[in-house]
Amino acid sequence: MYPEDLRYSQQHEWVRREGNRVRVGITDYAQQELGDVVFVDLPQEGTTLQSGEAFAAVESVKAVSDIYAPVSGRVVEVNQDLADRPELVNQDPYGAGWIAVLEMENPAELDELLDAEQYRELLER
Amino acid sequence: MDDTTGKRTPLYEEHVASGARMTDFAGFRMPLEYTGILEEHRAVRSAAGLFDLSHMGEIRVAGSAAARFLDGVVTNRVADMEPGQARYSPICRPDGGIVDDVVIYRRQDDFLLVVNAANIEKDLGWLDYLRRAWPGDGGPDVNPEDVVLEDLSEQTALLAVQGPRSQAVLEKLADLPLDGLPSFRFLEGQVGGHPAMVARTGYTGEDGFEIYISPEAALPLWRAFLSAGGDLGLVPAGLGARDTLRLEMRFPLYGQDIDDTTTPLEAGLGFTVKFDKESFVGKAALERQRDQGVSRRLVGFTMLDRGVPRRGYPLFSGEEAIGSVTSGTISPTLGEPIGLGYVPSRLAAPGTELAVGIRGRRARCRVIKGRFVQPGTASR
Repeated sequence: MYPEDLRYSQQHEWVRREGNRVRVGITDYAQQELGDVVFVDLPQEGTTLQSGEAFAAVESVKAVSDIYAPVSGRVVEVNQDLADRPELVNQDPYGAGWIAVLEMENPAELDELLDAEQYRELLER
Repeated sequence: MDDTTGKRTPLYEEHVASGARMTDFAGFRMPLEYTGILEEHRAVRSAAGLFDLSHMGEIRVAGSAAARFLDGVVTNRVADMEPGQARYSPICRPDGGIVDDVVIYRRQDDFLLVVNAANIEKDLGWLDYLRRAWPGDGGPDVNPEDVVLEDLSEQTALLAVQGPRSQAVLEKLADLPLDGLPSFRFLEGQVGGHPAMVARTGYTGEDGFEIYISPEAALPLWRAFLSAGGDLGLVPAGLGARDTLRLEMRFPLYGQDIDDTTTPLEAGLGFTVKFDKESFVGKAALERQRDQGVSRRLVGFTMLDRGVPRRGYPLFSGEEAIGSVTSGTISPTLGEPIGLGYVPSRLAAPGTELAVGIRGRRARCRVIKGRFVQPGTASR
């Protein structure tokens, strides 16, 4: 449910490091809480983000949830597949349901994120 | 995970045990979804869904002056209703604001008002005030002792079977003449061996039934329906699907699209206001509004730009803030965002282009005419 090789934010985003970049999505817990995802409001490529800034939104039938940048950086890729298949966020949150790739400004920010065990503890609280 | 505050229906434990996601609604812990809003919504449009609506309130109105009393209270006509007939109506304040919207069931010797769960106390208080009030104070011209009000909410459970296959589902448990039962008619009989009032009414736009039973009958009937209806595609459906189903039909939801500050004429419910009745609470104010023209109207809109309207988002015409969204979602049937909101009457014409403020951006939308989705067999 919460892969060991990922880092997690308090707002239920996950981050996978790919060199100087990170791939970002929402966790299995987050997709379950949202229910059926029907629309993803994707960011523009090239947008510069501060850590903690809302940069995308995931809409389910019943609610909308902002997605926050887990680290500071620049959006270099967005998952265009979600435009036609937003349900990928439910079906494969850590794989095909990824949202964006950020070029990190300061990789040290990754240390402030939770590891899998800490994230599980957060959910159990 | 599931907190235990809030009132419960007789089926609360059954919902939790089945893995339903629960939510707070009108003071009750209610099922939001079982397997998912989309799947439940589609089941109701294509086959059938089973809803627990036991949170709804039921108020019995009896006494020798019951019919005259109700006719003088609600905006729709009651005096000509026959036993076995049901009718939708707002109840208004003297200023035309909507106290509640209810379904009135005319039984042999009394009336049953089915009211929104959040409004039970308010409605009882208002009806009792009007029962005792002098006509000069806005009350109908009846003797207080000739009208009896009784809150049956705690003694009544309500299941709804909605969808094109709902009659086939119900026929598995009940030997009732359903073929001869038109929309907004009801009959009393046995369902699965339990005494029930079976009405061809609903809030989904599909053919369907609302089944009023005792709280003790709720669990056995819930299980009997699911086991008998499974082959026909019947699934349990929660309040999430109920909301998307009603919104596609543009049925207003009390507390969201209509409330004490909105009138039936503003909300597009003019067909429920019978100005030819001698008197009813709110008549003078509504006549004035009719004659002067309403200043704002509840409109339905679809999006021209990407984005989903949500309750509370601002509505714009050009740079001017003109109102806000009262209900919004993605329509599961259309796969497109839909919304309702109040706008000035001059901007309410179908085709008018407006914009919704979505997270700081303006997304264009267009006022539509009529429902978002055409009802299935609900018009029968």
